[in-house]
Amino acid sequence: MIEQQQGPEDNGVLNRDDFYRLRLFVTGASPNSTRAIANLKKICETYLKENYELEIIDVYQQPLIAQKEQIIALPLLIKKSPGIERRLIGDMSDKERVLRGLGIY
Amino acid sequence: MTKDQKKDKSKLHYLQLPKTRTGISGLDEITEGGLPKGRPTLVCGEAGCGKTLMSLEFIVRGAVEFNEPGVFMAFEEKSQELAMNVASLGFNLDKLQQEKKLRIDYVHIDRTEIEETGEYNLEGLFIRLGHAIDTIKAKRVVLDTLENLFAELTNQAILRAELRRLFQWLKDKGVTAIITGERGDGPALTRQGLEEYVSDCVILLDHRVENQISTRRLRIIKYRGSVHGTNEYPFLIDEEGISVLPITSLKLEKEVSSGRISSGIPALDNMLDGKGFFIGSSILVSGTAGTGKTSIAAYFANEACKRNEKCIYFAFEESPKQIIRNMSSINVDLQKHIDQGLLKFHASRPTLYGLEMHLVMIYKLIKTFKPQVVILDPITNLITVGSVSDVKAMLIRLIDFLQEEQITVMFTALTLNNIVNEQTDEGVSSLVDAWILVRDIEFNGERNRGMYIMKSRGMKHSNQVREFVITDKGLDLVEVYLGPEGVLTGSAREAQKLQEKTGEVLREFAVNSKDREIIRKRNVLEAEISNLKMEFESIEEELNKIHQQEELVKQVTNKTREEITNMRRGETPAKNIKNDRGK
Repeated sequence: MIEQQQGPEDNGVLNRDDFYRLRLFVTGASPNSTRAIANLKKICETYLKENYELEIIDVYQQPLIAQKEQIIALPLLIKKSPGIERRLIGDMSDKERVLRGLGIY
Repeated sequence: MTKDQKKDKSKLHYLQLPKTRTGISGLDEITEGGLPKGRPTLVCGEAGCGKTLMSLEFIVRGAVEFNEPGVFMAFEEKSQELAMNVASLGFNLDKLQQEKKLRIDYVHIDRTEIEETGEYNLEGLFIRLGHAIDTIKAKRVVLDTLENLFAELTNQAILRAELRRLFQWLKDKGVTAIITGERGDGPALTRQGLEEYVSDCVILLDHRVENQISTRRLRIIKYRGSVHGTNEYPFLIDEEGISVLPITSLKLEKEVSSGRISSGIPALDNMLDGKGFFIGSSILVSGTAGTGKTSIAAYFANEACKRNEKCIYFAFEESPKQIIRNMSSINVDLQKHIDQGLLKFHASRPTLYGLEMHLVMIYKLIKTFKPQVVILDPITNLITVGSVSDVKAMLIRLIDFLQEEQITVMFTALTLNNIVNEQTDEGVSSLVDAWILVRDIEFNGERNRGMYIMKSRGMKHSNQVREFVITDKGLDLVEVYLGPEGVLTGSAREAQKLQEKTGEVLREFAVNSKDREIIRKRNVLEAEISNLKMEFESIEEELNKIHQQEELVKQVTNKTREEITNMRRGETPAKNIKNDRGK
């Protein structure tokens, strides 16, 4: 299950410095995963509207990626950009922490 | 208990709890077959005690020796670091990974990069591990310091629940797993109490320093459903990995041999019923400093090599070169045997490592070299690394092992005083089969060596003290002088011999003169006897003469009477006259 969701920007916009590139790793349709997807989408729509790219990856489908990305705890959100890479684990229910992790606050 | 019964028992036992052999030398013996198959085992200990190495060896030996591929999940060291660390042990991790017999997965979590935003689980770990296990069909799994997760993730409740799930999952997967954990403070075996989750088998590694000498030890704290050795077993990490010693086998069911081997000194063999020592026996040579213990040991080694047997000489005092040089002065060429590969010297300072390490080293060497004769010279030096009871315990185990292997062993021991003390020699005298004592006999301003056999089990042996002489031709035993003045040795013996010789000459002379006197006396007596004889003869002759005269007179008278008678009858008157006169 790979979902791509991004704003209407063209390629030029993608290279902007404050463009959010996010990857969310989940495990199928487990409660934690569905909650994480829902919570994250809500946050993104609220704070990063049309300024983000979210890739949702089901680790069950791609077990190799777990090793490559050093995944232990799930769900895991990796913020590739902007700034340094950050990792957020959990179901994204703690909005404060998610925002802090993403560097929005 | 007989062997058969034992076999039955272990068979039954294997049915109850299947085990996975670790391939680590000695560990399978103390666990009676290895780790519980399909279950997790906890290996815990302080930093630097060998947890990672032990678990890695478990995986590598499994892959190489038992064809059981393994997954090594490292939470501490990177794959490359691991490979480098164990390359010195001859483990080629890269090659094993290419052959799909091994998979190393380095787990890296950095707390500073992570934000916890709610409920999570460790499914990622499960997926990684599951994938690794499935791709190489792993039978063995190691999680090296799983506890690192606790440092990186803060939600303890989740972690604990997930670990419980992980161990159950490992069991369901049917893999034999080792989980390592750092030793916690106080009585806790691990910092996070992993022992709560892993309840089947717990092995504790320890690294202790006593008298400035460090010894690694291993103990099986629990092993559910299995018999196991409960003692602390020393283990060694060397170029072949880990060796654990199941040394306290206290069975006394060894095979015995009635074969004999020479001590190399014919006179000593003669004292030992003329045949020497029993094969597989233990011999103690004790004595004060400079009494020739090493020489006796070297002779024994030399003799063994001459018979084309292998011999290891453990020297704790002198270097091999020193011994070879010194022995060549008494006509023993040890270098020749070394060149032929029959003799092996192993010299080490006792303080090099702990007693148990010495034992492990001795074991290893004996296992690889397979000698028929082993010499330890001297065992007394080992006392510098342990207490008397430690040394004794070590020697008991060593003797036990050697007897099991039918190896003849000779110990030398230094007795510290000149008084023969039956309690010295690290108390091994009661363990050994033969005890030869070399002692100084100080007398008349010189020291000499006296040798006697204190005991020699199972054979008739001489109870005599012999003088032990070391010359440039070699060793020999000389009968001591037993005279009215007691036991004499050395120059006193020689002096006594000389004195005796002089006495003999004098006595001979005296006897000779007496003899001559007797002869003279006899001659005189004989002369006298012949005189008397002659005298007697002349007297006899005189007597005979008288007798003859009388006879003659008789005859003449008779004749005359006859004539007179005849004359009276008228024939010859003269006869009567004569006859009258006769009346």
